[in-house]
This record gives sequence, structure tokens and C-alpha cells, in this order.
Amino acid sequence: MATRGFTGRPPAAEIAKRLPPGQHLTDDFPVLQMGPTPRVATEGWRFTLRQGSRPLASWTWDELQALPRTRWGGDIHCVTKWSKFDTAWEGVTIDDLLAAAGLEAPTGFVLAEGHDDYTTNIPVPDLTGGKAMIATLYEGQPIEPDHGGPARLLVPHLYFWKSAKWVKGLRFTERDEAGFWELRGYHMYGDPWREQRFTGD
Amino acid sequence: MADPFRWRSTTIRAIAPATARVKSFRFEPLDGPHRAGQHVDVRLIAPDGYQAQRSYSIASAPGDPAGLELMIERLPDGEVSGFFDEIAEVGDAIEMRGPVGAFAWGASEGGPVLLVGGGSGVVPLIAMVRERALRAPHVPMLLLYSVRSAAEAIARGELAARSRDETGFDLTLLLTREGPTAGRRIDRVMIDTAIECLGMPRHSFVCGGNAFVGTVADLLVDAGVRPATIRTERFGG
Repeated sequence: MATRGFTGRPPAAEIAKRLPPGQHLTDDFPVLQMGPTPRVATEGWRFTLRQGSRPLASWTWDELQALPRTRWGGDIHCVTKWSKFDTAWEGVTIDDLLAAAGLEAPTGFVLAEGHDDYTTNIPVPDLTGGKAMIATLYEGQPIEPDHGGPARLLVPHLYFWKSAKWVKGLRFTERDEAGFWELRGYHMYGDPWREQRFTGD
Repeated sequence: MADPFRWRSTTIRAIAPATARVKSFRFEPLDGPHRAGQHVDVRLIAPDGYQAQRSYSIASAPGDPAGLELMIERLPDGEVSGFFDEIAEVGDAIEMRGPVGAFAWGASEGGPVLLVGGGSGVVPLIAMVRERALRAPHVPMLLLYSVRSAAEAIARGELAARSRDETGFDLTLLLTREGPTAGRRIDRVMIDTAIECLGMPRHSFVCGGNAFVGTVADLLVDAGVRPATIRTERFGG
């Protein structure tokens, strides 16, 4: 039902067609996180793939930098309703990480883990096939700590809470296990084009 | 329990000015209880089907019989806040869902609790102050509230009265654009003083603009507050 007296200011057609339902365009880069920005140094940094608690492969910062690098440019969408267009990232795709480890994904799901104990769940097919990376550069520069640096997961086709900041590893899980926000009612998958913000959407 | 993520229509029961740019809106109560600090999503729908959604923090304590209170600040060119400021009237139906969010405190979680708010970022903290008064008056709580001027301080009278009358609740108001503290920002000395007065907080909640929250959260960590006990919520997205 229409809200009495509301007409709103719909965006121009060329913007509207790039905005998923319920989103609006921002030129800023808002910061959303549950607590303080953790202080993560590249010295001593490690990125680890695990199956359950068992480590499968691990890279230091320098080892990660030596892997093949990929650039991705495009639009990102936050569940808090802002979208940002034409962002540019660079990092190592999950495909290249698995190839470097000589691994096939051992299960169908992943929990991404951050240095702040944040977790979020993603199906493996949404991480492979060039769909996701461990990003270390934003607009050609090291990612600012507030935006998840030194390294964050980038899964741009899902709502941005899936792109875990300060990522320290991926844990392969047998089942699709809910992460931090998913335990608190956020959608298990989070497709912005289907407006999957919360459970039941 | 009702599904908090289902959109439902609620009615505006009352509207009152809070400051020159902020109005208080009272709605029918939510179907289920919220936790102090959480927010709701609001959706406005135009006749052609166009929708605009925003999130607003809840100012009322859980279960307040007067209904759910939102404090909505008029933003420059605000598509939704402008509607609430100029058009919304008592009796209007508004689509809402929630409560949502992990920026939340309940009486059973105890204290001491340190609240740090900047500008309209105080709104979810007001809900926590009210929750404490209703359900956990034994819990030490301190609100450090940074705002440009006394006239812009939301719920200033209520907060000052609670600080005077309620044992264990203290308000420190920092005016950043007027009076003897003009030009000052929340700094390490103020955080240390707050912690000295309150004791090392078991829970800290920081809400305000992006830069404000980043600075304050870093100051808290520097002052020895455990990062995992600090929750942040940022406006200005």
C-alpha cells in the first residue's frame, strides 16, 4: 500500500537499473562493523584454509603476494541499503589459492573467518569460478584498516557482509553453517538482486 | 513469536519535537520484545511502487507501553527523513520490520556499561539508559555524549534528570561548539576519567558518525578496554 504523501526521488534510469531493490547509491564508502578496527600487521600475518579444525594450506603475507593476481571492478551492495558503483579491487582469486595448494574444495560450504572473530558462510560455488578473491588492494592502494585491510574477502555478487573484513582464513564445512550475522537473522545466502536481507526474504 | 523480518504496517501515534532538527515519533509497539540498542527498518512506498528504505534506532525501552519511539533527524535532502519531518502525521500507516541488530544490551548482561554517543548517535544509547532504569537499576552505567550545542542534545532534560536522580547512572555532556569546551573532542583524558568513575566496563557501546566512532573505539582499545567487549554502530552511510 502506498505511503500517504510520499513520492520519493527515484534515481535516473541508468542508475536505477544498476541498483538492486531497496538500495540507494552512495559516493562515500561507509564503514560497518560490529566493533573496533582490529590492528592486523602484515608481519606474522597468515592466511589458512582449513577443513574443520585441520589446516589444509597456509600462506604468509609475502607468499600470498607471490600468487597470481586478479583485478575486479564493479558495483557492491551493503545490506544497510547503500550501493557503491565502479569499485576496483585486486587480489588473489579463491581458484588460484586452491590451485596453489593443489586442492579441490573438500566440501560444499565455507565459513570465512576474520581476525575480529567475525564469521560468515558462503557456498563454495559462489567463491570459485572467478567469483571471489582475497583482496589486498582497493583503487590500487593497500586496503585501509577500516575497510578490512590488510586483506579482506571479496564476494561482490552477494551483500557485502559476506565479504569478511580482516580475513584470516576459510574453513570448509560439511553443512551450510550460519556465521555471525546469519545467526542473528540475516539471510543464509544474501543475494541483493533477490533482496535476501533477512531470514524468510 | 512473531517473525521480526516480516514487513507490517504500523501507525504513528504521536509526534513531538526533540530538537530543532530531530522529531520523536511514537508507533504502535512491536509484535515482540526488542533489545535496547536495536533498530528497525522503515519502508516508504510511492504511488508508482517506488520504495525507499532506511534503518532507524529505537529510542524506547523494550516493552514501553507508550509504544515504539524513533527519533528521526532531518538530513539535508533527506528523502525519507524529509518525509518524516514535513509530511508524516499522527494516524499515518508506515511499513516497518524488525527489531534488527547486534548493537544491543539487556538488563541480564550486567555492567559496568560505558556508552559513548555523538550527535544523533545517542538514540540507541537512550534506549539502554531507559532499559537500565526499568530493569537493572543496580548496573553502573555512564553516558559520554558529544554534541555540538546544548540545544542540539537529544533528550537532554531526561538524561540530566536521570543522572541527578538515579544512583549508578552518570551523564557527561561534551559541547563541542559552544561554552568552555568549544573545540574539544572526546580524547584519552575523557575516556580515562569515564573509566575511573565507572570502573573498567564489561560492555561498551559507541554510536555516531563514521569518524567519531572510529576515533572513540581506538581510544577505548588504547585505554585497555577489551576489543571484543566494544560494540560500534555508525551513521552517515
